[in-house]
Amino acid sequence: MSITTRLVEVRTKILKANDVTARWLRQHFQECGVCVVSLVSSPGTGKTLLLEQTLRALRERYRVAALVGDLATENDARRLARANVPVRQIATGTVCHLEAEMVRQALDGWNLHEIDFLFIENVGNLVCPATYDLGEHLRAVLFSVTEGEDKPLKYPTIFNTADVAIITKMDLAEVVEFDLTAARQSVESVRPGMPILEVSAKRGDGMQQWLELLSTRRQAALRPDTEQASVQQSAELG
Amino acid sequence: MHELSIALSLVDTACEEAQRHDAHVVALHVRVGALSGVVVDALRGAFELAREGTPLAHANLQIEEVPVLMKCPACGGPRPVRSIQQMCCADCGAPATEIVSGRELELAALEVA
Repeated sequence: MSITTRLVEVRTKILKANDVTARWLRQHFQECGVCVVSLVSSPGTGKTLLLEQTLRALRERYRVAALVGDLATENDARRLARANVPVRQIATGTVCHLEAEMVRQALDGWNLHEIDFLFIENVGNLVCPATYDLGEHLRAVLFSVTEGEDKPLKYPTIFNTADVAIITKMDLAEVVEFDLTAARQSVESVRPGMPILEVSAKRGDGMQQWLELLSTRRQAALRPDTEQASVQQSAELG
Repeated sequence: MHELSIALSLVDTACEEAQRHDAHVVALHVRVGALSGVVVDALRGAFELAREGTPLAHANLQIEEVPVLMKCPACGGPRPVRSIQQMCCADCGAPATEIVSGRELELAALEVA
């Protein structure tokens, strides 16, 4: 059977709808003066504890709020609400990642002009969130000392879309004989030049550097007429 | 496993384009970058499901895998990287701080009849 076919050039991003919403969100965040930081990691790395301590520390100087994504339950939102800041849960159902539209809907009714920092805790997953821009200014990828030094090599894509890597549960490093040098090399190998922080949210190690990094990035992100340090910028150019 | 939602977006996008050109789609030409976060085989499987009951039910999926290229500060032009685990120039080993391709996830063209 021979059919004459012709090629029609399309050149459209498959996730165009997500990209459009993410771009809208980023602009909206910019106009409202809110710096948006997302956290990604495997389940159980300690995103929620780090976030809880971050919210407690930042609320002294800034107006902070958080969105937390999970497949089910509102446990994390309840936990974070103890920090006494506005928190909303996004229950994704069966979806393994957050998308820009979920963020947009979750923000409904919040006056972003009254927020300086918005944190978005993604669903615990080191694969799928890599593909979705949420309009954030800064993406932090976390892995804990109990997960192994080679985590970045196993999940290079998510590390490659992130702006900072945070090694968590440093208080357990000695017990599990964590090789910090090897871990740092893994990060450097998949994302050369990315800042790496060593943190124990429980004991407080590294929290000061993390908070300083947040303040610096906030200033850079919200400076008028500056190309913001956006996560997906190179993706958009690509 | 987010390939199903990507396949559904792909089918939607392709159907819209086909309608705009008032054409019957024989094949979809898709470009998937090595750093897009999408597993090509999983996307193929998901596409089989996503196309059911749509005008694309018999359309072929042709995937071009796009390698990661970096702008090498030492060698000059775009250069391949060693691997996505070793993001440095395959020729001289300079670290890849600027990626020029490899994040693509796009419907490049439609083959229509």
